[in-house]
Amino acid sequence: MAKIKKKIKTIRIEADKCNGCRGCEIICSAYHAEPKYSSVNPAKSRIHITTHRLKNIWLPVFAGEYTPAECMGRDTYIIDGKEYDECSFCRAACPSRDLFKDPDSGLPLRCDMCEGEERPLCVDWCLNDVLIYEEREEEVEEQVEMADVQAGVESLIDKFGLEKIVNTVARLAQKD
Amino acid sequence: MRYAETGYNLEIDLATGNIERVETDPKMMELHLGGLGTAVKLHWDRVPPETKPFDPGNLLIFSTGLFNGTPAYSANRTIVSFISPQTGLLAYPMMGGFFSSELKYAGYDKIIFRNKSPEWVYIWIHNNKVEIRDATHLVGKGAVETQDLIREELKDPRAEVAAIGLAGENRVFVASIEQSRSSASRGGGGAIMGDKKIKAVAVRGTGGVNLARGPEFMAHLKEVEAYINYRNTNPLPGVMTILSGIGSPQEMKHYDEKWHTESFVWGNARRRRKDFWTKDIEESWKKTQKEAIKRYISCYNCPQQCGALIGHKDTPGYMMKCFSKLTYGMAAYVDDLEFGFEIAQRAFEYGVDSFSTPQILAFAVELYEAGILTDKDFEGCPSDNAGRFFWLLDRMVRREGIGDVLAEGTYWAARKIGKGAEKYDHNTIKKHEQMNIKLGMLDPLYFLMYSTNEKISITQIEGNWPQAAFPNREDREAFVEDWPQIPDEKFKQYFLDWEPRGEKSNPYYPTPQMCAEIVDWMEMLHNIDDALCICAGMASFCLKPPYHIHNYPKLISTATGMDVDEAGLKKIVNRSRNLHRAYNNRLGMSRADEKPPEDHWRRRYPELEEELLTTYYTYKGWNYNGIPTKERLHELDLDYVAQDLEKRGLYQDGKDQKENQDNQD
Repeated sequence: MAKIKKKIKTIRIEADKCNGCRGCEIICSAYHAEPKYSSVNPAKSRIHITTHRLKNIWLPVFAGEYTPAECMGRDTYIIDGKEYDECSFCRAACPSRDLFKDPDSGLPLRCDMCEGEERPLCVDWCLNDVLIYEEREEEVEEQVEMADVQAGVESLIDKFGLEKIVNTVARLAQKD
Repeated sequence: MRYAETGYNLEIDLATGNIERVETDPKMMELHLGGLGTAVKLHWDRVPPETKPFDPGNLLIFSTGLFNGTPAYSANRTIVSFISPQTGLLAYPMMGGFFSSELKYAGYDKIIFRNKSPEWVYIWIHNNKVEIRDATHLVGKGAVETQDLIREELKDPRAEVAAIGLAGENRVFVASIEQSRSSASRGGGGAIMGDKKIKAVAVRGTGGVNLARGPEFMAHLKEVEAYINYRNTNPLPGVMTILSGIGSPQEMKHYDEKWHTESFVWGNARRRRKDFWTKDIEESWKKTQKEAIKRYISCYNCPQQCGALIGHKDTPGYMMKCFSKLTYGMAAYVDDLEFGFEIAQRAFEYGVDSFSTPQILAFAVELYEAGILTDKDFEGCPSDNAGRFFWLLDRMVRREGIGDVLAEGTYWAARKIGKGAEKYDHNTIKKHEQMNIKLGMLDPLYFLMYSTNEKISITQIEGNWPQAAFPNREDREAFVEDWPQIPDEKFKQYFLDWEPRGEKSNPYYPTPQMCAEIVDWMEMLHNIDDALCICAGMASFCLKPPYHIHNYPKLISTATGMDVDEAGLKKIVNRSRNLHRAYNNRLGMSRADEKPPEDHWRRRYPELEEELLTTYYTYKGWNYNGIPTKERLHELDLDYVAQDLEKRGLYQDGKDQKENQDNQD
């Protein structure tokens, strides 16, 4: 497959600066509401702060790709004397937890860097500079972008099996 | 669809275990907004004045405000309301933290508890699923540790938990409700929660809060954000450090405590130490504080960092707020700040109010030194100041020995102890411990704020108006030049003319009429904040805050969809304010209760004080006894309140109005 130059957008996280306000969750869910800013629901946010307040843990993580597999054997890590569950660092929606899944549909959510905006809004909203927007160019193999729709369908296939999904889509198509 | 509010309350009858999700009348938002406003209305409708604090019929209401769960910065307060065991009046302590937004996302504006549970329980609210769960295994656990124990038990790290400690379990009159980095402290909400045998309330929500005109709301909020950024980078000159910025006094960030330690009084609100803040103290306190703070933390959706995670030496971690780092040390006469960080941890686990409690303990020490309490009362008590305080605190929350009477606060304890102890109860108003300020000259504004507000504690009634006159005219001119927050231009002139000394200074200037107007402004803004559940630190408690009377109507209109202008908003909060007043009148409060302690200021002016009170009452539309007049209640669509007051004989056949009129003439 051919190599192409691609702009990689990402958010660097300086967790030690986080004061735990969860403002990033609010603006993310408000921006992605339909229509925009019609509601706020942090459970629909594509960024989440994992917190264990008394252990000094405040860790913002933004949603990555959907993963079908539940991880086996979850380790805990101790970093700077703070104990983290392995899940704390994971950016995937997966069957074993409700993070990064739409609470109504159960479909996975993924950070789209607030497509159309200059920068992700969580970065702007965070007045403590915990989230830092970064762009860099990388050479990557050309491939079809995995759209939100595709991630959603994949998760449905995981849940119900390919055959059922195909039959359902066919049935819906007939109705139209 | 309902906007800003969810439109549902959760009603829980603890005696029967009955749980109901009840749709509320949208009209209530138009009449009282939400938060404190609608809470007061519920108490008025459902709790008659014959109800005693520990009667099953005393409602305990956890209220969110209209802006919780919206993107409005610093909308994170939860109001807890009940008839207070200490004052016998309607109390409404507030906590920041994360509880309200989670409750909104779970789909409720309020939780209304009635009656009492036969056994210890905690409540688990997860969206539509609401359970009353056994809490016998949590009895005796700390208010802070209980929060984590419940999260573990529920296997839900995102559940927000409000809990009581031993003090609440034992119905200590100054017991608080602890939650995350915050507490609802004043007035004994923890005692009412304990009386109802609720150890904790846990909530998790994954629903949404709707905005009527979201994009417009966000545009107005952008202006608020710009101002927050401006104020954070441009502290106000000429005022003490904690007043120079926004947020709820950022005690954790500031090390300079010269003002508090030298202006407030030590011990049982007794003595100022005007030369306390030496270079050595400054260095030692700064070092202690720096080492103790592990991280600055905020409440939900707040850019400020008024709290901190504390990890002081071997003390288990906890979250500190406000200026509790000072209250115990100053009351105990312990000059080492380490004591403050150590005892606060134990006090938060016990769940006690960190303003009242230190004064109660200092009161006990004073009685002991005066021979009113004896060696028998203090048997086993260490003799050093710090040790005595830990010992007394333990006794008080367990109601052991002398602690049993101390548990009811200085007012009630003094009367139970007798033998002249009443004289040592010298810092309460309406039976509630006040800030430990004892100053020289009567301050007319503070006289009114202390005396008349339904919050009863001064700590958050003050705010937008500067605490003292600026010495230089040029500084005053510079201050008023950029002051968009004022409700009326006339206030600029009041401030320009206000001098620290001379003819236009305390106590005769601002004049009683001006004082009435200024205090009414403070109160109006606090009442808006308390309806929206915006932190006072971003509005009514600060000089030149981001939220004010000119941008609130725009934010409320776009959030809720009902069009409200400034006059309309003022009317709504005046309505709730007068309903609250009438409620407390119905509970027996009158003019006789509205006075600060005798030695609050060294120089007092009885005639002027009477004039201040009467002028203020008249301005508010209250009669000589401080009861809203029928005319005032009619203007505010509260005729049913006037009828009730009349039926109960509170108007004394119009005699009071006449007296008021005579006074004005």
